[in-house]
Amino acid sequence: MFYRETGEFRTSYPNDSQTFPIKFDRRLYYIMLFAAFGVIPFLINDYWANAVFVPFLIWAMAALGLNLLTGYCGQISLGTGGFMAVGAYACYKLMTAFPEMSIILCIMFAGVITALVGILFGLPSLRIKGFYLAVATLAAQFFLVWLFNKVPWFYNYSSSGQISAPERTVLGVAVTGSFTEAWAKYLFCLTMVFVFAWVARNLTRGAIGRSWMAIRDMDIAAEIIGVNPMKAKLSAFALSSFYIGMAGAMFFANYLGAIEATEAFGINQSFLVLFMIIIGGLGSIAGSFIGAAFLVLMPVLLKNILVGQMGWNTAIATHLEFIIIGGLIVLVLIVEPHGMAQLWRVAKEKLRLWPFPHAS
Amino acid sequence: MEIENVTLRFGGVTALKDVSFDILEGEICAIIGPNGAGKSSMLNVINGFYHPDEGQIRFRGEHRPTLPPYRIAHMGIARTFQNIALFRGMTTLDNVMTGRVTRMRPNLMKSMLWWGSAEREESENREFVERIIDFLEIQSIRKTLVGRLPYGLQKRVELGRALAAEPSLLLLDEPMAGMNVEEKEDMSRFILDVNDEFGTTIALIEHDMGVVMDISDRVVVMDYGRKIADGPPDEVRNNQTVIDAYLGVQHD
Repeated sequence: MFYRETGEFRTSYPNDSQTFPIKFDRRLYYIMLFAAFGVIPFLINDYWANAVFVPFLIWAMAALGLNLLTGYCGQISLGTGGFMAVGAYACYKLMTAFPEMSIILCIMFAGVITALVGILFGLPSLRIKGFYLAVATLAAQFFLVWLFNKVPWFYNYSSSGQISAPERTVLGVAVTGSFTEAWAKYLFCLTMVFVFAWVARNLTRGAIGRSWMAIRDMDIAAEIIGVNPMKAKLSAFALSSFYIGMAGAMFFANYLGAIEATEAFGINQSFLVLFMIIIGGLGSIAGSFIGAAFLVLMPVLLKNILVGQMGWNTAIATHLEFIIIGGLIVLVLIVEPHGMAQLWRVAKEKLRLWPFPHAS
Repeated sequence: MEIENVTLRFGGVTALKDVSFDILEGEICAIIGPNGAGKSSMLNVINGFYHPDEGQIRFRGEHRPTLPPYRIAHMGIARTFQNIALFRGMTTLDNVMTGRVTRMRPNLMKSMLWWGSAEREESENREFVERIIDFLEIQSIRKTLVGRLPYGLQKRVELGRALAAEPSLLLLDEPMAGMNVEEKEDMSRFILDVNDEFGTTIALIEHDMGVVMDISDRVVVMDYGRKIADGPPDEVRNNQTVIDAYLGVQHD
């Protein structure tokens, strides 16, 4: 009825390959962008920023990164936490070594450094795949976190072993440090994630993305038709780590402000990001956001309902939270193994025909 | 393309034994033989997936060194597979576009921003791919995931993916296996048209003798890893060794 392609004529190839070819989708997207950039910054307070929006955006960035590698290129990685740590510590070293440098550049360079580390730990993927590769990437996870704890140079010899972010401003507004306002923090993270989600989309719809997906779907056939497997796999590792490194840098600089490697970037974080992309949808940009939203927002929501509304004891509520979230993960995977992004895709297909089930 | 004295062994098994034949420019050359005769191994040697233990391959008159398969694809050899090897998670269009990989030079920075040459290169290649889609009459499934397509169409998309590379030599491994008569007729027509219109040299493996005898210019017969006959279809059809290989020999 209201979700139609009829009457929309696309007359050029760029026009046909745009991200939202259907008008309804495009409108929805613009409305969401307007809300995110134009409405939320005026309403946001510290609680909403710190509990909901900022962690959601940062985890979405990490999920985007892992989705490039696992969802698009088919290489499983359990080193996400370790790569986030590289991003965080690289950002810290850059911020303290070059106080004049813009925080945006610091975060992007931290991403570049992580990309180089990612290539190094991606080398085993040229020889092994699947579960074996996952185990090999665990080495990155444990080695990197150990490194940042053991070598004092990384935390500038501070006595606590922690690193903490100095204040940095963008256009005169503080975005890191303890005096940052909620809206500034939110808007900064939102802009970064928005820009790089768009970049991820561009990468995945072009020749580079196709060579990744070819490797994912059938690596031998891909090589025989002319995809260079080394280039495809290592570029996926590099770009994935670039995103994850930036997520780690923002996690440290914008969100927590002070961290310690073992606590902030343990193996749990690697699994968390992996769950996000599995639940959200492998090989889908929107899926990265949906998965991050699910795993970041659901605990907050449950806590508010159980403790805030029903007045339960916090300890019981925490346990229940684990049970419910675990159950929901299983439920989502049974109902739709391809993730929640697939549910949305199916819904759109149905909407196209609605209310006539057999028309096409 | 000349294949000279190629021998291929897997451990103790000799899959190909001293095989030599030529594939001439512009012809359709069929490779036939009973199961396990080494036909697919031969194709795998030609496109560089296996490296011969002895003998050599000469391509356009030059000795071809041992190269990884993707480099050989860049030399203009494309193929389809016996068991469909499409990228199941991608649409028909994306699959055929992936076939253009040897013709595209993406620049990382520009692709990230989808700017200038990145978008232009994409559109230009899309235009070529659309010609192939028209040629194979698969316009209506352009945006369908290939995993959802019926078998016959998947075979056709796979042919499209190979054609997208504008190969000078096209290898087809049982392009008509498992098809009904009508689908076989369609596929034969596509093969003949490709040969006619693009001048592509084609080497194909096929079990349907009717099709082989009808469309090929030359037939190479293999049995137990050896070449037992080579010549025009009529000559091969009446060759006693070939008849023996197919029908068996009576024991006294």
